[in-house]
Amino acid sequence: MVDQPYLELRRKLTERDRSLHEKVVSLDEAASLVKDGETLGIGGSTLSRTPMAMIWALIRARRKRLTCARGIVSSEGDWLFASGICDHIVTSWFSQGIVWGVSKVMRHYVESRKARFDEWSHMAMGLRFRAGAMGVPFLPMRSMLGSDVLRQRPEAREFDCPFTGEKLLLVPTLNPDVALIHVQRCDAYGNAQIDGLQFLDIDLAMAANRVILTTERVVSNDQIRRAPDQTKIPFFAVEAVVEVPFGCAPHECGGIYEPLFRHMDYYASLVNKDPIKGMDEYLDRYVYSPKSWIDYLNLLGLDELLDAARRGRSISNE
Amino acid sequence: MNSSERYTAGELLTVMSSRLLKDGQVVFAGVGIPLLAATLAQGLRCPGLTILFEGGVVGPIIEPGKLPPSTNEQRCTKRANMVLGSTDVLLLLQRGYVDIGFMGGAQIDQHGNLNSSFIGDPAQPKTRLPGTGGGNDIASLAQMIVAMKHEKRRFVETVDFVTSPGFLRGGATRREAGLPAGGMYRVVTDLGIFGFDDETRRMKAVALHPGVTIGQVQDNTGFGLAFAPEIDLTERPTERELDVLRKLDPERLYTA
Repeated sequence: MVDQPYLELRRKLTERDRSLHEKVVSLDEAASLVKDGETLGIGGSTLSRTPMAMIWALIRARRKRLTCARGIVSSEGDWLFASGICDHIVTSWFSQGIVWGVSKVMRHYVESRKARFDEWSHMAMGLRFRAGAMGVPFLPMRSMLGSDVLRQRPEAREFDCPFTGEKLLLVPTLNPDVALIHVQRCDAYGNAQIDGLQFLDIDLAMAANRVILTTERVVSNDQIRRAPDQTKIPFFAVEAVVEVPFGCAPHECGGIYEPLFRHMDYYASLVNKDPIKGMDEYLDRYVYSPKSWIDYLNLLGLDELLDAARRGRSISNE
Repeated sequence: MNSSERYTAGELLTVMSSRLLKDGQVVFAGVGIPLLAATLAQGLRCPGLTILFEGGVVGPIIEPGKLPPSTNEQRCTKRANMVLGSTDVLLLLQRGYVDIGFMGGAQIDQHGNLNSSFIGDPAQPKTRLPGTGGGNDIASLAQMIVAMKHEKRRFVETVDFVTSPGFLRGGATRREAGLPAGGMYRVVTDLGIFGFDDETRRMKAVALHPGVTIGQVQDNTGFGLAFAPEIDLTERPTERELDVLRKLDPERLYTA
């Protein structure tokens, strides 16, 4: 099931301006680059490096019928479903996190069939993005076989290896229209440096037709060139750069801040009491009402942000 | 009071599963009890045990009292030897570097299949659960230890949905499905330790914890269990095991 023919995938790259040019835009401008009905790949995993500010901006821009793919989906999946901008999530695991139990919001939307949750194994998600990054229509793997996870995914095909005769599974490429990725730093051209856990992000960036980067800070191109081995996503894959401090809050950005655990406890208790009213209340207060991302951060509170930052920076302490 | 006389079910599970790990092993661990048990084993008996996390972490050292909320957070990388992409750490399973996959379970059946996706008919689910994560990959590609509470509703004849494969329908069905490596090795519960028959691949009790009877185990299991003819008795958690464990999880996040 290859929904984008190879030459079309290539054309989508070659028709973009791939020169070394500045592409810093505002959060709202970046949101306007995403079109209704598109497939998004979301960077990070679970509570880490989630491009929360970008998702927040897409909800405020009232996008519709988005499909979102991510290795593991946490509370941003609740936001996507409950806001109505996304009706289809493709992932290996979906709930805020093990310590908070099963997401009642996910359950409400999936069990009532208001939205779709397609389940793949985590390695399958990774290899689908890798196939996309490699420019091939599929990759073989040795898990998911024999399970009901596979039975639910006719898009994957069992296949007898032409060399060994072994039974293998072929998983189809996933080339999102847009990848949303948050990084610790990048330059104005989009050369992105990622500290710590990379998750599926590098394959995702190269699989996507366009990349929108949000970053804790924009640094100079000179700084990037001093340590080019640290650059994980090249500028020519990137369409737009947005500087958003605390752009993953209430999730974490490695080495800068940990999750805002108190807020996440509050969120879980609010939305698990009543997944519909609780989410309405939460989205109204934290997504629709704030005038800006800074205003949203104000609502989260300086004390919690500083506590998360203190914990985040302590990762490199001996 | 001697602290080893009193322990929670979670502590019992952690200690008992930790004792199954051996020095030098490479262990792919889930968050919660698997991570605690692997860290406990490292601290007490297995300094050469290496932990892998799904987030992409090779050989971290977990700080007591700062347990990560999932295997995808920066806390998992503390003092690690290496950080990889998630796909590449999962591919270590496929390449064959991992001795033990170690995770918790919501529902298990007589052939060791695990369900973390649906309660009820998947077409009309009563409950949609979070899904596999890396569980399917780990269970497909490594020898498995599963730690879980022993309850009748969790130990069922056939799971509603095979999220992570055990021995599928028993016999050779796992190999025939294209899974020649790995498989269920041990299931550790608060009542005992369970293995699988070499031929039928059905679950059998191999050891009971102190004070637990065969009748109690069968009463809490939703299918007919086999019992090894000379069933072992485990030794209660020692003071040292409990002391180290309580330092790792002082708030009993995972060992309540």
